[in-house]
Amino acid sequence: MSKKDLVMEVKDFSFTYAGVDKPSLNKINLPIEKNKITAMIGPSGCGKSTLLRAMNRIHDLYTGNRYEGEINLYKEDDSIQNILKLKKENDFIQLRQEVGMIFPKPTPFPMSIFDNVAYGLKLSGLKDKAEIEHRVETALKGASIWNETKDRLKKSALGLSGGQQQRICIARAVALKPRVLLFDEPTSALDPISTGAIEELISELKKELSIVIVTHNMQQASRLSDSTAFMYLGDLIEYDKTDTIFLNPSEKLTEDYITGRFG
Amino acid sequence: MGGTFFKNFSFFSATLSFFLLIGIFSILFSYAQDALHEFGFDFLFNEVWEADEDDEGGIFGGFIPIIGTLLSTLIAMIIATPLAMGIAIFLTEIASSKIAKPVSIAIELLAAIPSIIYGMWGLFYFAPIVQEYIGGNGVGLLTAGIVLAIMILPFMAAISRDAMQTTPAVLKESAYAMGATKFEVIKDVIMPYAKGGIIGSVILALGRALGETMAVAFLIGSVMSIPSSITDPSTSIPVLLANNFAEAQDLEMSAMYYLALILFIVSLVIISIAKFYFLRTKVK
Amino acid sequence: MNRLLLNKLILILSTLSAVIGISFLFWILITLSYKGISALSFSIFTHDLVEGGIRNLLVGQFTMAILASLIAVPIGMMAGIYLREYGHGTKLASIIRNLSDVMMSAPSIVIGVFVFALFVAPFGGYNGWAGVIALAIMMIPIIISTTDNMLALVPQELREAGMALGGSKHKIVLQIVVRAAKVGITTGILLSFARIIGETAPLLFTSANNQFFSMDLTEQFPSLTVSIYNLATYPDESSRDLAWSAAFVLTVIVLCINLLGRFVIRNKK
Repeated sequence: MSKKDLVMEVKDFSFTYAGVDKPSLNKINLPIEKNKITAMIGPSGCGKSTLLRAMNRIHDLYTGNRYEGEINLYKEDDSIQNILKLKKENDFIQLRQEVGMIFPKPTPFPMSIFDNVAYGLKLSGLKDKAEIEHRVETALKGASIWNETKDRLKKSALGLSGGQQQRICIARAVALKPRVLLFDEPTSALDPISTGAIEELISELKKELSIVIVTHNMQQASRLSDSTAFMYLGDLIEYDKTDTIFLNPSEKLTEDYITGRFG
Repeated sequence: MGGTFFKNFSFFSATLSFFLLIGIFSILFSYAQDALHEFGFDFLFNEVWEADEDDEGGIFGGFIPIIGTLLSTLIAMIIATPLAMGIAIFLTEIASSKIAKPVSIAIELLAAIPSIIYGMWGLFYFAPIVQEYIGGNGVGLLTAGIVLAIMILPFMAAISRDAMQTTPAVLKESAYAMGATKFEVIKDVIMPYAKGGIIGSVILALGRALGETMAVAFLIGSVMSIPSSITDPSTSIPVLLANNFAEAQDLEMSAMYYLALILFIVSLVIISIAKFYFLRTKVK
Repeated sequence: MNRLLLNKLILILSTLSAVIGISFLFWILITLSYKGISALSFSIFTHDLVEGGIRNLLVGQFTMAILASLIAVPIGMMAGIYLREYGHGTKLASIIRNLSDVMMSAPSIVIGVFVFALFVAPFGGYNGWAGVIALAIMMIPIIISTTDNMLALVPQELREAGMALGGSKHKIVLQIVVRAAKVGITTGILLSFARIIGETAPLLFTSANNQFFSMDLTEQFPSLTVSIYNLATYPDESSRDLAWSAAFVLTVIVLCINLLGRFVIRNKK
């Protein structure tokens, strides 16, 4: 795997929450491949969401958390940016527009469907109405929710079902054309049918961008991802191609988890 | 046996608040009858308040105290609303919990201080400042309004803060995750989400300001005249009642009841709008 | 960049509002303490108003507030129990709950006027009982709402477990549910006591005031708050000094009861 194929890379990364002595993540190393889906699995409390939330510095909304190591973002111009070095508000804004995030529960903002999807575009300074409309439509189509919403774009997004809301949130993130999209257990609040639709959508999206998904659902990881990282108690136990992890893991701990002996 | 008695007693206790409300309304209404018959609705717009020589009758109009109440409340709201929003934003979004906690407690203690203390403090410490830097002779609408603002500020801030805090963290995070600034998250996510609670808190504070007696009594000047400038003294319904109700006779007394009735009804309407329209929480 | 600047500006303004709010608190507390303490002497606690002290006023104010609590707490708690344990879900209970909510914010001066009409005018003059009743009327809705809210927090399973053991409804309510909500209700009672003990407006023409020591509730009754209002507006320095001391003592009492209430609920957690 050459650096050319990577979009992000976590190097010797440790993370400690505010007010705690023991780190929640110990020296994690994890490559994120371009246009691939990387899954992070592990029992609750293993640190998978903590790692994900470090990758766009969402942790920084709360003060006192401590980082060590590097998380590198490989830019389009081949430059490398260690995102842990960012300090200025503007840099965070740039980062989050490049590395988007989808949350465990649908998070439609209290505004219309159109305004939800256009929100990030407007924030990024886009003013041209026609262009905004065009990109909202593209994003909604990309999130395969256009047909369900095209007649009610001006209605509140809160009126949609959970699965639809989650697709709106994905459309909202996609509209910004991020290079990486982080999914934090995106289907944990959804029924099986909506879950299926979201999974299909995620597989589609990897043509456009790179995806990292945290899930507690092993079937979901095996169905969706190209490579999988297994984490346990703040350590990254094993990282490999998804098939290898699920069929032929090299670590005993991974095997025990995959076969349901704990977790 | 004991169970039935217990249940009945609790039922009668519960209906008491119903009878109290009806009772207050009927008492005020019946004692205000003379004035209602004599002056009707013109009472609201008549600025004359004069007893006859023999103290038996006279002309009593409620315009001055009504205007005084409205103006002092308006001044208070104009000052308190933006400050309260700022405090609520500071507490929910800016301050770390180490700072937010003591500040929150301080704000809540500020709300617990009896209103008479605000009034007295305002008279001796704030009125001279207004007199020196803005004009007038210290007491007047402006001073009353400002001190009233300080008094309702913590109350308004506390309820707005509670409303803003109900915004789910994940909703805020997802706005930040799109590259929104703090202000944009406040404006586009928190404010719309907490809208009901915020408007409710403002209206509830308005109700409180309208009915406030002691903070205003020290400061408004208590004179029956129409203010021609913002620093002029005037009076308000609660202040007029506080100072003159007990000594009033006959028709003047009835006019006072009329004013109390107006204040009671207006307050109830405002509080009901705030509580049942904006602050409605789901009953578990 | 424009939006970053706007962001900074708003954050600074918000912080500034908090600073302003807090400064007013300190300004009030500091001037009050300064004025109050410098005029404070032990002798004001041993003399009545007529001799330049506040002993009778403190006793009077506490007597009225305690008697008002003795009326309001049982009634308010029973009403809250009805709303949550017996009438819950009925139309009547929800109407009563709403009315009581509204009553909680009724202007205190209007309650004074109401009590004057019923308990002062017909009896030929101001009396302590009228003051007690006015304070009780202010307190009842607060107690109702606290009890109602605190009982709502008691898990339904607790009631069911009591039922399953064959307890009768009123015993379960009293011995299990109310006990489980004890801390919250106690805090509510303390906070509402702190509120009524600082009230002035409902006392102005109900209990009015008395310069002398009196425990006779059928006569004018000494009140600390009404005295502060009167003393502060007298022109002579010594009256004002006494008003400051009385105001200081009142504030200390109110804030202490308030903090005690918060302390009770914090200790539970």
